[in-house]
Amino acid sequence: MDYSFYQHYWWFLISLLGALLVFLTFVQGGQSLIYQIGKSDLERTMLINTIGRKWEFTFTTLVTFGGAFFASFPLFYSTSFGGAYWAWMALLFCFIIQAVSYEFRSKKGNLLGKKTFDIFLFINGVGILLLGVVVATMFTGSEFVVNKANLTNIEMPVISTWSNSLHGLEALLNVRNLLLGLGVLFLARVLGELYFIQTINDDNIQARSRKLLVFDTALFLVFFLSFLIWTLVAKGYAVDPETQVVSMENAKYLHNLLQMPVVAVVFLLGVVSVLFGIIWTLLKPKFIQGIWFTGIGTVATVLALLLLAGWNNTAYYPSNTDLQSSLTISNSSSSLFTLQVMSIVSLLIPFVLWYIYKAWKAINGKQIDADEMNGNDMKY
Amino acid sequence: METLDLTLVDWSRAQFALTAIYHWLFVPLTLGLGVIISVMETYYYKTGDEEWKRITKFWMKLFGINFAVGVATGIILEFEFGTNWSNYSWFVGDIFGAPLAIEGIMAFFMESTFIAVMFFGWNKVSKKFHLAATWLTVIGATISALWILVANAWMQFPDGMHFNPDTVRNEMADFWAVLFSPVAMYKFFHTVTSSWIVGSAFVIAVSAWFLLKKRELNLAKRSIRIAALFGLLGTLLTAFTGDGSAWQVAQKQPMKLAAMEGMYQGQQKAGLIIVGVLNPSKKTYDDGIDPFLFNIKVPGLLSLMANRKLDSYVPGVNDLIDGGYPLVTKQGDSLITLSAEQKMEKGKLAVQGLKEYKLAKTAGNDSLAKVYLAQLEENFPYFGYGYIKEKKELVPNVPLTFYTFHLMVMIGMYFILFFILAWYMNKKNTLHSQKWMLGLSMLGLPLAYISSECGWIVAEVGRQPWVIQDIMPVNMAVSQISAGSVMTTFILFAVLFTVLLVSEVSIMIKQIKKGPEGLN
Repeated sequence: MDYSFYQHYWWFLISLLGALLVFLTFVQGGQSLIYQIGKSDLERTMLINTIGRKWEFTFTTLVTFGGAFFASFPLFYSTSFGGAYWAWMALLFCFIIQAVSYEFRSKKGNLLGKKTFDIFLFINGVGILLLGVVVATMFTGSEFVVNKANLTNIEMPVISTWSNSLHGLEALLNVRNLLLGLGVLFLARVLGELYFIQTINDDNIQARSRKLLVFDTALFLVFFLSFLIWTLVAKGYAVDPETQVVSMENAKYLHNLLQMPVVAVVFLLGVVSVLFGIIWTLLKPKFIQGIWFTGIGTVATVLALLLLAGWNNTAYYPSNTDLQSSLTISNSSSSLFTLQVMSIVSLLIPFVLWYIYKAWKAINGKQIDADEMNGNDMKY
Repeated sequence: METLDLTLVDWSRAQFALTAIYHWLFVPLTLGLGVIISVMETYYYKTGDEEWKRITKFWMKLFGINFAVGVATGIILEFEFGTNWSNYSWFVGDIFGAPLAIEGIMAFFMESTFIAVMFFGWNKVSKKFHLAATWLTVIGATISALWILVANAWMQFPDGMHFNPDTVRNEMADFWAVLFSPVAMYKFFHTVTSSWIVGSAFVIAVSAWFLLKKRELNLAKRSIRIAALFGLLGTLLTAFTGDGSAWQVAQKQPMKLAAMEGMYQGQQKAGLIIVGVLNPSKKTYDDGIDPFLFNIKVPGLLSLMANRKLDSYVPGVNDLIDGGYPLVTKQGDSLITLSAEQKMEKGKLAVQGLKEYKLAKTAGNDSLAKVYLAQLEENFPYFGYGYIKEKKELVPNVPLTFYTFHLMVMIGMYFILFFILAWYMNKKNTLHSQKWMLGLSMLGLPLAYISSECGWIVAEVGRQPWVIQDIMPVNMAVSQISAGSVMTTFILFAVLFTVLLVSEVSIMIKQIKKGPEGLN
């Protein structure tokens, strides 16, 4: 197995982690719904408690996504985080305020009051839009220059430099980025609604979740499909496998989809599964397992989308300032040895998924209801 | 010509220091209290005594409050390597990224999965599964500490790597050398066992408050019994691994050791300072002013600690700058050490070698490239010195390193006596009536935190200006953003983390006042 195999394998793992992260944003989606679905304090408490038992998975997946990206493609870490400073900082602030809000919201002496911590959760929920926006830059490009020779310039040794003073905020001004950002936000809300339907035994919450599901699905489809179609027909960033020269290619991502039939199949199955979970939930009032279909479908769809960005000789983090500074899985990866070491570590991932599944089942065995919230058990 | 803004370096350092210090307010309690609640729950599991369950749940509640802020303050540290130290991320990411990723895969998922079972699983899973979940939460936290400390240790003692001039970065050559470096092992055990002190001091302080208020006597006594023994164990192990860490510092970062001891002139049979007051009028290493107003030393002890030989030579700050003293390497070779100027010269040759190598490669001149590659490789151990402008930059902040080191050690020694006394008086059932001891018990809490933070200040301030020892100084590692941007995020973090800390303390106090009956 050569260097290129490991680079592709690690791009697959990064894509998988990214895909799992998007699925787990049902936590953020749920947080963005606490005021629309939760009309009373008790209802909000139920909503927050059911997602509150899962928020750490989303958080941990984000951190691991970062760590794995650092280990496998360190040039992305240095270029994107150090360059798009404000975009990442804004996203991180949204997560910092989330981490304490569950634990603190209903505790006496919490200084800011329950309302503030609930608003923090709401901000984190809506803030997930930023994740979609930064992921979209993998298809639309950013403004940076990478010059490794800078290191020997003692006065200014920085290798990756951002070419504008907005440092990432400019990504919010790009319509295509915003379309994916909104797509991710409304998908997260759809997933959040499906999760509430599965885990909360309360008629009002069930009814409101189902009602909003129609509305959010429609918006998700509008934004996501606009992004998708635009991206498939737009110019993409192709890499010449021989010379590593990056150039613009018409309909590059559509070509990728057609040239990688397995990815295309995964993508289509994902889309079907996403829609099945939603539609079946809407048609069958007793059906509550839609989250699994839509969730797994989300993983498949996002996985395929990210593979389109990095596989098949494509620059996954393109630079519009200097096309040849664009990052590809071959010019930004760790050394062969490090990728090999990390690949051995990655064999632990199935084991991790297994115990997460076990623990998940153990905790979600029974739906949350008002009685449990009024009982003496631990709650947020 | 474009130059880096030095205030940018300062603000970036300040932000990292701020976020790391805040994060470290919460981590040691997680590591220490985590083991204590696991032991308590094990008692419950073995005896079936509901009182143990009540005690476990009480401490677990406090654990959860603290854990949340630890998580909140932790996420930024990982991403800061990219956001604020982007050059660092590329230059050593091939080695440094791996432990961070492994930490996520191995440790964070374990913690986050089982902490949910620990809090919400009491009536949902079996007693055995619950106990396993509690242990796995703290084991996960400890494994997490292992990997991040391996990463930190590697910055202090870069080993198991080689420099690749084509990719312009250091690349991993030996994973086991990174993981099992002696610096990493000492650092891991020293840091984790010292966190046990914080956990124990916390439990004893809160229990002492109950004893003072004549409430929850049984809970307090049982808790002190476990915490005092665990704290004593932690303190002894911390002392042992601290000695090992200092020995490693002496070999690998002699400048840090000199700063820790405020020692400017090296000596044979060097003494270890027990207490000392530095002379505030000493401004630079070479101003000839006596560094001390007053000190008490144990002769030979520093030599013993540094080289395991009572009469060995320990260099001071001035010797390390001036060089020229004899040194016997690990391999047994004798050599004369280089001066700072010589090292800076070699560093410049290394940087120039790299620059010319790249130019020759681009021009297709392979024979010339080979010449410059040899120049680079010969001088690479001093690569970072090429970015040092004045030799005084090589001297860390001596007063800060000196005082934090001595404060840490003094508090550590005090804790040995304290835990023995607390355990003994608790066993003899006299603790609750001795108000002075209950007072000392509550004082132990801030002391434990001060000592723990001091340890990190010694480790991190003492190694300045290096972000990677001898290879990369701070000014070579930063991201190119405006100093104003970093100042803004610094202020945001300072405000946000302070609010979180104050809320946490306030919630903790309310929760403690309510006691175990007021859960929720």
